[in-house]
Amino acid sequence: MGDYFLMMISAIFANNILLIRFLGLCPYVGVSSNVNGSVGMSGAALFVNVLASAFTWLVYNYLLVPFQLEYLRTVAFILVIASLVQLVEIVLQKTAPALYRALGIYLPLITTNCMIFGTAVLNINQENTFFEAVLFAFATAVGFSLALLILAGLRERFAIGKVPTMLNGFPIALISAGLMGLCFQGFIGLGQ
Amino acid sequence: MSTMWQEFSKGLWKEVPPFRFVLGLCPTLAVTGKVSSALGLGCGVIFVLMVSNTLISIFKNQIPGKIRVPVFIVIIASAVTIVELMMEAYFYTLFEVLGIWIPLIVVNCLILGRGEAFARKNPVHLSVADGLGMGVGFTISLSVLASFREIIGSGTWFGLSLLPASYIGFELLQSPPGAFICLGLLLALINLISSKMEDKKQGC
Repeated sequence: MGDYFLMMISAIFANNILLIRFLGLCPYVGVSSNVNGSVGMSGAALFVNVLASAFTWLVYNYLLVPFQLEYLRTVAFILVIASLVQLVEIVLQKTAPALYRALGIYLPLITTNCMIFGTAVLNINQENTFFEAVLFAFATAVGFSLALLILAGLRERFAIGKVPTMLNGFPIALISAGLMGLCFQGFIGLGQ
Repeated sequence: MSTMWQEFSKGLWKEVPPFRFVLGLCPTLAVTGKVSSALGLGCGVIFVLMVSNTLISIFKNQIPGKIRVPVFIVIIASAVTIVELMMEAYFYTLFEVLGIWIPLIVVNCLILGRGEAFARKNPVHLSVADGLGMGVGFTISLSVLASFREIIGSGTWFGLSLLPASYIGFELLQSPPGAFICLGLLLALINLISSKMEDKKQGC
């Protein structure tokens, strides 16, 4: 039990997927300019990340390994993720229209989010069990949401503050992300 | 010939990938701790970009519009697998250092972006030039950022020590948060330079 807890703390803080592992940066700078968009993105990412990790784990261990097709991992994973996102979109549209509307455009955008693919590959590289893989994906997505929401809050502040012209936009967002990363790094030593 | 040169050279300054369009940021930050790994990943990206741009451009009339994105992704993923296997076979140390970042080339938005925005609409020779230019521009940008981080962060360049042994190294730049700060400052510098250049043009 303690091991699982430590793994989650490490995935959320010390090895934060955005700030320390650098995965999923495109939506990070893209949608973090307002809080509402970030909430939608976080929800979609959490949902798809857990599902995608579960499916890719099953595909890798029960399809690719028995047939010795491990070298097809990249192609297989990206196809699984792309079709999964499509499937989730269709199912949500029919069964939960409210949730579908809330996630909106962020759902299709997820396909090219390298966090999803990265988590799937990390799960295989770390030789996680199925339960660990799902837990790791969940914790990773929580870390992603945390960093995204904090930055979105900061950037809403920048919009009304005085920022030097040359730092306006991306540069200031990146520098503040760096300073945030320093804080998150303070948790190293807690996790593995 | 001149149009090919134009398509090639736009990737070097006017539309240089990670700085002008903020595309493909993740590897830009992750592999720039050392110049050698930045160059290694850059070469992989050049290869994948050229293969994907060429194939997409050749088959642009055969690929149905509605499912083009999955088709592009499969083309890119195959090229990435080639790079992955080649690196594992011939450059094993580089393969170890880059690790997860080689398969992750597949989700680099720069590559899908060029296929979607350029190769899909242009003839083969221009697409090859575009892919090469963007790839080289990406590699140079990565190397510039990596040089800065490696020289100031640990006093070496390409593993050779440049600064005297008494130099302790500014460790922040080697760490992940330092990467963000460095890239932010570099983007600010580029903004400053291009706004100065604009001013000059208007002055004439």
